[in-house]
Amino acid sequence: MPFLSRIMALLAGDPQADRTVPPTGYTARLTLFTSAAMAFLAVFALALSLATGRLANRWSAELAQTSTLRISAPVDQLAAQTRAALIVLETTPGVAQARPLTADEQRALLAPWFGPDLPVETLPIPQLIEIIEDSDGYDATGLRARLQAEVPGAVLDDHTRWREPLVAAAGRLRTLGLVAILLIAASTGAMITLAANAALAASAQVIRVMRLVGARDIYIARAFVRRFTLRALTGATVGMIAGILAVMLLPRTDVAGGFLTGLGFQGAHWLWPLVIPPLAAIVAFFATRAAALRTLREQS
Amino acid sequence: MIALENVAYTYGGGELFSGVDLTLAPGSFHFLTGPSGAGKTTLLKLCYGELTATAGHVRVFDQDTRSMDRDAIAMTRRRIGVVHQDCQFLDHLSVGENVMLPLTVAGRGAEVGGNLKDLLGWVGLTAQADQLPPQLSGGERQRAAVARAVIMSPDVILADEPTGNIDWEMSQRLLTLLIELNKMGKTVLVATHDLSLIRTAKAQVATRVLRLKDRRLQLAGADL
Ligand SMILES: Nc1ncnc2c1ncn2[C@@H]1O[C@H](COP(=O)(O)OP(=O)(O)O)[C@@H](O)[C@H]1O
Ligand SMILES: [Mg+2]
Repeated sequence: MPFLSRIMALLAGDPQADRTVPPTGYTARLTLFTSAAMAFLAVFALALSLATGRLANRWSAELAQTSTLRISAPVDQLAAQTRAALIVLETTPGVAQARPLTADEQRALLAPWFGPDLPVETLPIPQLIEIIEDSDGYDATGLRARLQAEVPGAVLDDHTRWREPLVAAAGRLRTLGLVAILLIAASTGAMITLAANAALAASAQVIRVMRLVGARDIYIARAFVRRFTLRALTGATVGMIAGILAVMLLPRTDVAGGFLTGLGFQGAHWLWPLVIPPLAAIVAFFATRAAALRTLREQS
Repeated sequence: MIALENVAYTYGGGELFSGVDLTLAPGSFHFLTGPSGAGKTTLLKLCYGELTATAGHVRVFDQDTRSMDRDAIAMTRRRIGVVHQDCQFLDHLSVGENVMLPLTVAGRGAEVGGNLKDLLGWVGLTAQADQLPPQLSGGERQRAAVARAVIMSPDVILADEPTGNIDWEMSQRLLTLLIELNKMGKTVLVATHDLSLIRTAKAQVATRVLRLKDRRLQLAGADL
């Protein structure tokens, strides 16, 4: 990777070349601060992307593995239709298990609305059958067709209807996180370009003298590029560490519950923030290089 | 080394000079005189590629400056030592570091060795080596500029009024330095209106004196 070795050579640096361009403390501090703030934000955008990605996967996996068959029939036909439905289900490839919910289970499901003592046996409420799929899943359209012929009161709910919008929402959130990361990278580039331009303008006299004694543009540019790349790397490292600490200090999922506090990293995903400082350095490298070479060409 | 062919230059108003033909042969020693504002500095800038002729051709080391890119100009300047009229330095570096700046930017900073000390001694700046340029007097700045111009041992030396601010004794020393370098085969062009300096030089070395006057470059006669 010649690009990487170029960056490494650049970071190793030429101390003599470095001294020829006097440091500008003001732009240095601005660059450090901006890189740190941007890296801090990037950690959160990354956490958002990874957490929503995880959420989307979990929802689609969990909801995809179970479905429900609801049998609505006159009370005297309910048992017969349930039996017929079970026979259809048992002979359906992809169905690992089909089990009618017991009266107790149905009562438990309804308890939040009707209280614990509901006499479900005597009420005309539908019988629910829980279907657990094997890993391949079953063909919902085919199953519906067979059920329609043999069990007219059966309605199959494979949860697609409310699974899809949830997964779509999670996917969109993830995209939003990635867009945020791209915007952060672009803003970092813009800020560093501005800071580099300020530094170059303040060094016009230095650049003039160096050109007069035979310095090539790339030699002068390198002194600036190295400085800004190192600042961005340092700032982004500090910002990233602060961001990680902040994520670690978020309340834990099992304490606070719910989706929001699922924001964070899991397992190997903790390594992702480590990408931020080198990314900031690469952005700074190209932003400063472009700014320096452009400024040098404009001067004579 | 450097050849001007029917060169004209204008800053935007009228032509400063035109029809200038000049050839600096290797090992030659030229003086360039003329009234203030005649364009001596401008002519030198054409020779080291800071300005591009508005008409005609300037060839430096057989390359037309008009067709040279910025890197080529930089490489050319490493072979031409220039003493600028307004000697500019890097004010945050010591005089010694400024004098060796051409070597530093060429990536040859390690080669300097004892040359720097000898050179600073020759221009009488040994004691000032660690000072910053703003602490120097006008004459000291000019001597530092001469030292910086010759540290690369360039093929060509262009000096723009190098003795403008310094006393007679020191200008003699600088002249001797330039004459010694010329004897070593370097091509030298000195812009000056110090006629006594020219006379002193003529006694020691074969020189040609050029005069910029009435927008023309002429060879000065024996009136000097
Ligand atoms: N950058 C510039 N822009 C416009 N006019 C300039 C510039 N530099 C020099 N001049 C003008 O060109 C003329 C010649 O200047 P210069 O070459 O410095 O003369 P000399 O060195 O012989 O005194 C002067 O009239 C000066 O005012
Ligand atoms: Mg002048």
